[in-house]
Amino acid sequence: MIQIQGLEFGYPHSDFHLSVPSLRIAVRERVAVIGPSGSGKTTLLNLIAGIFVPSSGEISVDRVQVNALGDAGRRDFRITNIGFVFQDFELLDYLSVLDNILHPYRITRALKLDTEVRGRAVALAEQMGIAKYLKRRPDELSQGEKQRAAICRALLTRPKLVLADEATGNLDPENKTHILDLLFASLAERDATLLAVTHDHDLLTRFDRVVDFRQFRTPGAADD
Amino acid sequence: MIDSLYIGWQYVTHNKAKAATLIACITLIAALPLALESLLDESERQLTSRAQSTPLVIGAKGSALDLVMNTLYFDDEVPELISMAAAEQVMASELAMPVPVYARHQARAFPIVGTTLDYFEFRQLRIAQGRPLALLGECVIGAAVARELGLEPGDSLVSSPETVFDLAGVYPLKMKVVGVLRKSHTSDDLAVFVDLKTAWVIEGLGHGHDDVTKIKDRSVILDRTSDNVVANAKLVQFNEITEVNIGSFHFHGDPAIYPVTAVIALPNDEKSGTILRGRYLTKDANYQIAEPDDVIDGLLENIFRIKNVLDAVIAVVGFATVLAIILVFSLSLRLRQREISTIFKLGCSRMTIARLLASEIAIIVLISGTLCATVVWLTNVYSNDLVRALFMG
Repeated sequence: MIQIQGLEFGYPHSDFHLSVPSLRIAVRERVAVIGPSGSGKTTLLNLIAGIFVPSSGEISVDRVQVNALGDAGRRDFRITNIGFVFQDFELLDYLSVLDNILHPYRITRALKLDTEVRGRAVALAEQMGIAKYLKRRPDELSQGEKQRAAICRALLTRPKLVLADEATGNLDPENKTHILDLLFASLAERDATLLAVTHDHDLLTRFDRVVDFRQFRTPGAADD
Repeated sequence: MIDSLYIGWQYVTHNKAKAATLIACITLIAALPLALESLLDESERQLTSRAQSTPLVIGAKGSALDLVMNTLYFDDEVPELISMAAAEQVMASELAMPVPVYARHQARAFPIVGTTLDYFEFRQLRIAQGRPLALLGECVIGAAVARELGLEPGDSLVSSPETVFDLAGVYPLKMKVVGVLRKSHTSDDLAVFVDLKTAWVIEGLGHGHDDVTKIKDRSVILDRTSDNVVANAKLVQFNEITEVNIGSFHFHGDPAIYPVTAVIALPNDEKSGTILRGRYLTKDANYQIAEPDDVIDGLLENIFRIKNVLDAVIAVVGFATVLAIILVFSLSLRLRQREISTIFKLGCSRMTIARLLASEIAIIVLISGTLCATVVWLTNVYSNDLVRALFMG
């Protein structure tokens, strides 16, 4: 699913440098990424999603070389193929839960919002156990419910790849397990791949593989 | 585009206080100059139309503006009084028809205008309910007076004493409402019309009381001779003119010296008007003659000079408001950087992000524009009444 070869990346006016000689992640694989803070884990997710472009190297997702696409191409690829789950959920407080789930369909022409999509959103919310909260605003939900809504948003576009950045970082232990259960079950149903950045070493056993960022050369990174 | 508007609408409705403040600012700053313009146009129209239809006004020497404002709009500022001789003088000249006006007293805050039936003909005032003035003590009220006081023919209206502390002053007269005028959209709507003689009764120049020759109470009589009876203040004067006591009402002295505030002169033709004006332009003339059109033109010049200053003030305030609104939007953008970053990460283009933000601004501007248009429309619809309430009392 993901193939990275000779990736080099640095932020302008910064000492930070990320170097990933080679990384392969198979379809349906569930991979955890661990490493010290500032080692470039989130940067890697952004590079895979095509938000950043590497200075050299190749990043392919589902056989598409993402870094070779133009701005619009990377954007369209991202919204149609990749689902994002963030640590702070990043739900919009002025939209209802349902509108938050449907949000990707309202911000691009690459996706078309119709009754089938709406039905799918409701079904996904039912699967995640938040169907009764669809008309509520995010600030009326618990942390766990917010993350479930965010996962619904990430999965609604039927992505082949889900990138999770500390998705369980703001959840209590009980919720962490429950959310991961739901996420893994949903991904399995959809044959989707998961690349999850985490600091939570207790959860690593749940993943198929763990990629430790300490193997990559990242000057200035702090120890975890 | 519809999705952008939908999301924008959700944002605006969720942030009600911020949106309401912005809408109020934009609406006020946009509506204020337009509404003011509308009101000034209407005041100009009202002032000039009435002034243009009133050829000449004769009154005491002094402020021509006070004279015209009192005669045309029954303003509270009463000019020096003149006598009915002024009207007789005009009549004697055969150059114009005089319409005396005595606008000095009030009834429940509305001006009482003593005049003759010629006034109604001259102003083309029509009776909507009841009948015209016929007897002493009767009044015909303007449409606005009838509406605001809830009066109709058959009701009564009491004149206001000049001052409640003046116990020795003129007693209020209870007048009978016999007619209500059709709405004319002029100052006449806000006036109480009485016959000149009724106005003089209110003034205390005419009165009615029991026949002193038949009074048996000796304490009332000061002196009694074969041809004259002198009564003291104990003699009760009537404060209402009825069918029973109307015969007892009488005036003392020469009516030619009875007061009026002005005489409207309606010249037979242009030449007569010019000759008449000439007669009052001499230094030894007792009265002044004013052309309302000229006087009001002078007043409007001042009003529009003030309006120019107001326009400048509004422009500065408007500029400051626009800057404040831009600041609010830019601060809001900074606060929403994280949200913008998230939707960008999801796959939203910068153009779409700009469109989402523009939609919010467009919704606020659209609501403000609608409110502004409503305010301006309402100002236009009610400009007539507003001008009266704001500028003409």
